[in-house]
Amino acid sequence: MTRRAARIGLLTPAALIGGTALAIAAHRPGLAGAAGPGFWLAAILVWLAATLAARDLAALEPGHAAGRRLVRLAVPLLFGALVLVLWEVVVVGAGVPAVLMPPPSAVVARFATALPVLGADFVQTCLKSALPGYLIGCLSGLGVAILADRLPVLGRGLLPVANVASALPIVGIAPIMVMWFGFDWPSKAAVVAVMTFFPMLVQAGAGLAATGSIERDLMRTYAAGYSRTLLSLRLPMARPFLFTALKVNATLALIGAIVAEFFGTPIVGMGFRISIEAARLSLDMVWAEIALAALAGSAFYGLIALAERAVTGWHPSVRAG
Amino acid sequence: MTREATFFSRGRALPVAGVVLALLAGWYLAALLGNWNGAADALARAGAAPDVRGIAAATMAQERPVVPAPHQVVSELWRSIVGMPLGSKRSLLTHAWVTLSATLAGFAIGSLLGIALAIAIVHLRSVEASLMPWIVASQTVPILAVAPIIIVALGAAGLTGLLPKAVIAAYLCFFPVTVGMVKGLNAPDRIQRDLMRTYSASRGQILARLRWPAALPYLFASLKIAVAASLVGTIVAELPTGAQAGLGARLLAGSYYGQTIQIWAALFAAAALSALLVQGIGLAEAATARALGARPAGSAR
Repeated sequence: MTRRAARIGLLTPAALIGGTALAIAAHRPGLAGAAGPGFWLAAILVWLAATLAARDLAALEPGHAAGRRLVRLAVPLLFGALVLVLWEVVVVGAGVPAVLMPPPSAVVARFATALPVLGADFVQTCLKSALPGYLIGCLSGLGVAILADRLPVLGRGLLPVANVASALPIVGIAPIMVMWFGFDWPSKAAVVAVMTFFPMLVQAGAGLAATGSIERDLMRTYAAGYSRTLLSLRLPMARPFLFTALKVNATLALIGAIVAEFFGTPIVGMGFRISIEAARLSLDMVWAEIALAALAGSAFYGLIALAERAVTGWHPSVRAG
Repeated sequence: MTREATFFSRGRALPVAGVVLALLAGWYLAALLGNWNGAADALARAGAAPDVRGIAAATMAQERPVVPAPHQVVSELWRSIVGMPLGSKRSLLTHAWVTLSATLAGFAIGSLLGIALAIAIVHLRSVEASLMPWIVASQTVPILAVAPIIIVALGAAGLTGLLPKAVIAAYLCFFPVTVGMVKGLNAPDRIQRDLMRTYSASRGQILARLRWPAALPYLFASLKIAVAASLVGTIVAELPTGAQAGLGARLLAGSYYGQTIQIWAALFAAAALSALLVQGIGLAEAATARALGARPAGSAR
């Protein structure tokens, strides 16, 4: 235990400092694009140090919960930092042209300078296109699932169709929606609504069926009607399923909104920007948009996951994690 | 799984047919309403007296309708699948084959990668701790949006044609395989693992004899998701780069020239392809289950 702690105390700072030093050194005029074997040896050493540190950190089992959470956070952070540093070092050190692969530092610089453009794209794609479509798709999926539950004949007919439809390449309807609803955000919201509808329908259908007969019988002994049972028993029991669909849909919504923009947009939006800037080979801007998309997607996903924790704390899958 | 099965099955042929019929009827109605103004305008321009029945008939047979009628799509499908020689640029089968080959290549790469990752995650704790959060995070990146630059970057590196599309398809399909396989490889109980250890089985033997067979149902469930995701990835990868062939290119060309019927036909071809691929995995699953001497479906799970 103490030897391992000593190793961690030695290797983690070594990896961090070495990585930072390498990333800075790579930019020196003599090194950039013409790094010698000594430089690459140093890069490999940093990589080894970080890998060993991550291994030891992962094997660590602190006694208290806060420490465990810290370890769970530190290991992936270390890994992510390692990837970024290696990316920077390799791209700059080997002189990879920026049209192929810009170094992270260039992307960050571009991100900082292009904030107004990125903000406008974010509003257009995330807030105007993805969010309304997401709400419409999820709510209507839930509504149809309840309807199908109320009318079993409809359910037996609809749910297999929905099961098949949820495996279909629905992004393909984007050109049709652009034709119907025009170039601006309504067509994107429509694509997102259709994409998010089916996962919610399938999951809500499974969730509504997840109530045991004992609970339902209990509700019946309380003389509870359909809507009372639905509100007090079955929807709360379906929450884990609903949140699965909400989380799946969070990424789908962003993808749908961005991909739909490839088929024609006003001159703003993340998908528009990505395709335009990729055609102009200014890849640092494209990567800045991707970083924005990743941030927005993770934040959206994280918000829903937090809400899930708050609302379904009783469920084993949450308690275990 | 079992709950879902009871929820979906039980005498469903008739209701499904009803829903499909209702969808068809709704589609015809949408075609009628959606094309009404266009058809009325066209008739008025041609100088014909716009009576209701004439317009209604015209909505079903427009050159570039807002909503093509089902029979128009079917006839376009027939024309471009059977009517065109194989290998011609206008044959839908050629495009479908281009898409299918990239889909299968990406699916193979992605699922092998996913399985390898899952095995590493199950066996090496540091891999799990450092990689798993990023694997989850990687899925919140809208990779489909990144498709154009991956293709541009790989194209600049001299890789064109099938491989860039396959890379995107692989990225999309490794995740469900990894997650499903981690779950599946961890499915054997502690008792079963302990039994293997009393036989002094090595980790490799435990993997081959215990974990792998136990993971197969999970593997096939995630392969079904993965193959559908792989097809979506390939189609989207064909969109933004001016790909010459493939269902995605067909969609984009149809969208540029307003060829609605062509878009719908390509969409239906993609849907059929997706259904076929998922069905294929299902057949492989059944064959594997039989080969392993599983009990008939339903009781095995």
